[in-house]
Amino acid sequence: MDEKPLIELAEVTKVYSLPSGDVVALDRVSLTIMEGEFVAIMGPSGSGKSTLLNQLGCLDRPTSGDLSLLGRNTRDMNDRELTDLRLNTIGYIFQKFNLIPLLTAYENVEYPYLMKHRKTDDTGRVDSLLGLVGIDRVMASHTPPELSGGQQQRVAVARALINDPMLLLCDEPTGNLDSVNGHQIMEMLTELNRKGRTILMVTHDPEVAKYARRTIVMRDGRVT
Amino acid sequence: MKDVILQLSLRSIRIHFLRSVLAALGIVIGVVAISSMGMMGANMTLSVTEELSGMANVVVITAYSGGGGFGGGPGGPIRSGGGVNEEKISEDEFRDIQKVAEKYGMVYVIYSESDSIEIGDRKGRSSIYGLDDEVIPELFTLTEGTYPKSTSSVVIGPTLADRFDLKIGSKIDIGDEEEEGTTTVRVVGILEERGMSMDINSDSAIIGSQKLFTGMYGGEGEYDQVNLILNDVNDSEKAKTAILERMNKKEDTVTVQDSSRMLASITSTLGTMTTFVMAIAGISLLVAATSIFNVMMMSVTERVREIGIMRSIGTQKSEVRKMFIYEAVILGVIGAAIGALLSLAIGWVVVLAMVGSTDYFFTPGSLVYIPSAMLIGIVICVVSGVYPAWRAANLDPIEALRAE
Repeated sequence: MDEKPLIELAEVTKVYSLPSGDVVALDRVSLTIMEGEFVAIMGPSGSGKSTLLNQLGCLDRPTSGDLSLLGRNTRDMNDRELTDLRLNTIGYIFQKFNLIPLLTAYENVEYPYLMKHRKTDDTGRVDSLLGLVGIDRVMASHTPPELSGGQQQRVAVARALINDPMLLLCDEPTGNLDSVNGHQIMEMLTELNRKGRTILMVTHDPEVAKYARRTIVMRDGRVT
Repeated sequence: MKDVILQLSLRSIRIHFLRSVLAALGIVIGVVAISSMGMMGANMTLSVTEELSGMANVVVITAYSGGGGFGGGPGGPIRSGGGVNEEKISEDEFRDIQKVAEKYGMVYVIYSESDSIEIGDRKGRSSIYGLDDEVIPELFTLTEGTYPKSTSSVVIGPTLADRFDLKIGSKIDIGDEEEEGTTTVRVVGILEERGMSMDINSDSAIIGSQKLFTGMYGGEGEYDQVNLILNDVNDSEKAKTAILERMNKKEDTVTVQDSSRMLASITSTLGTMTTFVMAIAGISLLVAATSIFNVMMMSVTERVREIGIMRSIGTQKSEVRKMFIYEAVILGVIGAAIGALLSLAIGWVVVLAMVGSTDYFFTPGSLVYIPSAMLIGIVICVVSGVYPAWRAANLDPIEALRAE
């Protein structure tokens, strides 16, 4: 493990132009994440944690500097390619779960699979992932608003894993959960990392950050 | 493959059922309006064409009055109302016309006048035609009675008979007592309904012999109109040319009206009218387009966060776009389908009310307006959905995720 760099940031700067003036959210951040790492990104609010995660998730582009994922510079990629990267290589787990409210739990997990394979899951992968996160068939037929926060986040974890991504990005994954559910989710992430998956997690909770093997602290858009 | 994007569109419509129904209702109304108006126009054209084609074999020759071709109006009493056309066709001119026109069909002359009539104590006005005794049986069919044999007997049209309760043997006083005095005639026959016609509008007229007519009004050998009944409708243009060449060589003496051209012009007028009415009906579809647009924009606004989620987990812009286009198409197809069904019912009622007959309702020329209106409705839905869909697809995923 820890052999190949998965993500490389070189002097990445992100500036938001606001009517009140430019805001530098990321200030020349250089960073390398190796394959198989479990990294916690910490820092006070406004320090640029989420901006950094959005950059790593290819949801946004740097104002300047270079960001490479698997050796490819995202600067050279168009929207379609970046979207494909989010579908195939990156799994996202959000603080607010972000499940699609119109779809059932099962369909939410199946959704990225359909987008990637253009066919329904006939391998039983959706079912086994739902089993892995402890969602039974009855719960799987419910829509997100009918599930508890803990259940929704487990569905979200299953969804993030459906296309077997190399990288899991977690934005305050336990932020909306009680301590029991939070602990269970963190155990799941630890287990996934043990099996080789690279995990990057934004959190402001030092207890949660302890699960990670490396911690990056940010302040005023810089890695300290 | 299971189309999850289509599922999302369907579920969005189902969740916002009332809103979707109201938007589709606009399309329903638009489709019904356009197809009903279209069908009405088509049925009107078809039935008028049918009615007029019976008279397309008539060529009407009137004296040149310096004006346009329709001076005085064909078939109408020409000397009425101060005389729109005081010019007459002389006996010699008639002989000339007859020479060239005879080979195309029957040529005959008409005296015509509009005058007061009195039946018992009821007064009214009527057209009075003077025709050759031998021509009358050729042109008209009787429902009862006989053709006039003397200068005091006449046949009358069915409309006139109804209006004044005239029967065989009834007496009519023609003319104004205070002016030239009256002539009393006796009804000997009632004609079959003939409908609109180029040559003679017989349905509400009194038809008698030439002698009766000249006895009342004078002017023997000065005809109001010469008609040619063609043996073959297709000769119309040839006959017209032959007559004009003969009669108008040096100066214009006659005007020839070829009824097939008039038929074409009536049909085209009806076509223009139909298009116009349909355009007005089309405004309702524009209103529908606005409401679809509105619903789609609301749908986009409400689902900003969902769009953000979809985009962040790897949904292409094109698929987000597709989701909203699907929604618009579904609304359009449902609205258009319901509209088509209603069009059959409402169109039928409209045609019955406006045209008076539904004989042509189930002909292709009439029913074609239903699929046409459906297509227009669906296209308008899709067009109204394009901008909202484009907007949805181009939302910034990060901004969209942040939305509450």
